[in-house]
Amino acid sequence: MSDTSEGIGGLKYDKSKKAWPNEFNVFLALIIIILIFEALGQLLPYMKGQSMLFDFNTNRDGTILNMARIKIMILQVAIIGIISLGVTQVIISGGIDLSSGPLVGASAMIVMSFAQTELVNGQLNPKAVFDWAFDMPVLVPILIGLAFGAFIGAINGTLIAFTGIPPFIATLGMFLICRGIAQWWTRGQPVSFPTESFAFIGSGMMPVVWFLLLAFVFHFVLKYTVYGKHTYAIGSNEEAARMSGINVRRHKILVYMIASMLAAFAAIVLSSKNLTAQTGMGLFYELFAIAMAVIGGVSLQGGRGSIIGTVLGACVFGVIQSGFIYIRLDAFYQLMAMGSIIISAVVLDQWRQKRATSRS
Amino acid sequence: MTDDIILETRGLTKHYGGVHALNDANFTLRKGEHVAIMGDNGAGKSTFVRQITGVEQRTRGDIIFDGEPVSFDGPLDARKAGIETVFQTLALADDLDVPDNLFLGREKTKLDWLGPFRLLDYKAMRQATLDGLEKTAVKIPNIRNTIRNMSGGQRQCVAIARTATFHSKLTIMDEPTAALGVQETAQVENIIRTLKDQGEPLILVSHNMRQVFDLVDRIVVFRRGRICANLRKEDTDGQDVVAYITGAKTQEGYEDAA
Repeated sequence: MSDTSEGIGGLKYDKSKKAWPNEFNVFLALIIIILIFEALGQLLPYMKGQSMLFDFNTNRDGTILNMARIKIMILQVAIIGIISLGVTQVIISGGIDLSSGPLVGASAMIVMSFAQTELVNGQLNPKAVFDWAFDMPVLVPILIGLAFGAFIGAINGTLIAFTGIPPFIATLGMFLICRGIAQWWTRGQPVSFPTESFAFIGSGMMPVVWFLLLAFVFHFVLKYTVYGKHTYAIGSNEEAARMSGINVRRHKILVYMIASMLAAFAAIVLSSKNLTAQTGMGLFYELFAIAMAVIGGVSLQGGRGSIIGTVLGACVFGVIQSGFIYIRLDAFYQLMAMGSIIISAVVLDQWRQKRATSRS
Repeated sequence: MTDDIILETRGLTKHYGGVHALNDANFTLRKGEHVAIMGDNGAGKSTFVRQITGVEQRTRGDIIFDGEPVSFDGPLDARKAGIETVFQTLALADDLDVPDNLFLGREKTKLDWLGPFRLLDYKAMRQATLDGLEKTAVKIPNIRNTIRNMSGGQRQCVAIARTATFHSKLTIMDEPTAALGVQETAQVENIIRTLKDQGEPLILVSHNMRQVFDLVDRIVVFRRGRICANLRKEDTDGQDVVAYITGAKTQEGYEDAA
């Protein structure tokens, strides 16, 4: 089809004007942010020429990288990253999910109640919730957690698909309900002392393994399956999707279910990592997860974005977070700076999109 | 003789409350025939199309499509039966590329037992898209480009190519060139000619007199919710059609519309 490059009716297609993939921009931003922090490390007098990611002196791991910091950095974002994989799908479908943070709290409480061990140092578990649910096989709490997530997601999705209320409102309501469930479950008491096999799920670098594994799975799902295609189609033009015969309602419910199941899984990993579940767990996680997706180029208008972008967004998030600690910025400045960066990411993206559309 | 008729409506009527948007429309379309529907704004053209394609439910009357009386619950039903419609709003997903849009809702897939997670057969869809575009002589520089990055004419071509790719029994276009420039209009008209050569019947709603005389075999004129003329192209001219549209003339047999 070589003749297609020249069509009638102004159909010429200039390859040089093709926008590079959005993910590349995020990657570039990541590099620039790292360079800024490295430069600050050299310039700020109190830093004494330290480097953030590199370590030329001690060389403990046989690499020139400061592996200790890098490990902490990715470990920090891995759990919220798992949530952001689901949030990415919801946003691509044209919705939003604010309930994921409190859902982490509620799921963690419920999951941990079924993952407790009976004897702690030879004594009865002091935080026991159900005296009949000790030392369950590890699959039991996992399945209960995922089922709870699926249930909450199904309610979110059903409300949004059938009542037509904005996703913002539906999930805001669910936000409060889930936080309530988390507190009601044990009347505010923390749940602790999981079985060894449960504790393994979030031990060491396991959160990162889960995050990357799930990122790979959902990258594939979004790109190469009918589910993914329909998610983009609905976010892009819901009316067109309906006219094309896509069962938009059923699909939305599925998207919210998957998102909430990912949040519940994040809760499993988090409670396993901390060896305890508390009612306040997952504070701000919903917003951080949305931020990761948005920094990664997922458009809040729906239809645009990718898992690769979100993973890169999570990296940017992690670098910024640990970079602020590295240059010893006070915590309140960190929040302010983080907020500004999220806003600039969206402004830049919109500006880029506008340029891309006006060009054609 | 009846085998020859692809679409027939008998006494097709649509009232919106007290507004009689469409009254007793009797209309036939033969296989391979291209018919234009003309009329002033509010004459009932789009209402007529909406009843046939199932976008709205008729007040009364019969629609016989391909020899069977039909009653479509929605545009999707109509599409399954073989009526492809290019709506004024194009119903394309802006963030998807050409094959994605062509096959939206009817993707070619592999490993179907995976349910909603069955795999897309990109290769087959791309090939079918190229074949479809070739069939309609549509030239799209790069089918991997998203609709968002395309001009109005290209979008219209994609929407039309979608109807043409799926061997529809009947194609309906509602003002396909209303928003297009001269060259883009020419391309859309070329596609319509291709459909004609392939013997696919078409209903074209249009305001463009030159286009109508260039493309179709027959012109049906609507006025105030009624059909007021059914003219073979050879027997009429622009002046004549305008007279029917404005109400200066009414064809014999359609005196009700006067």
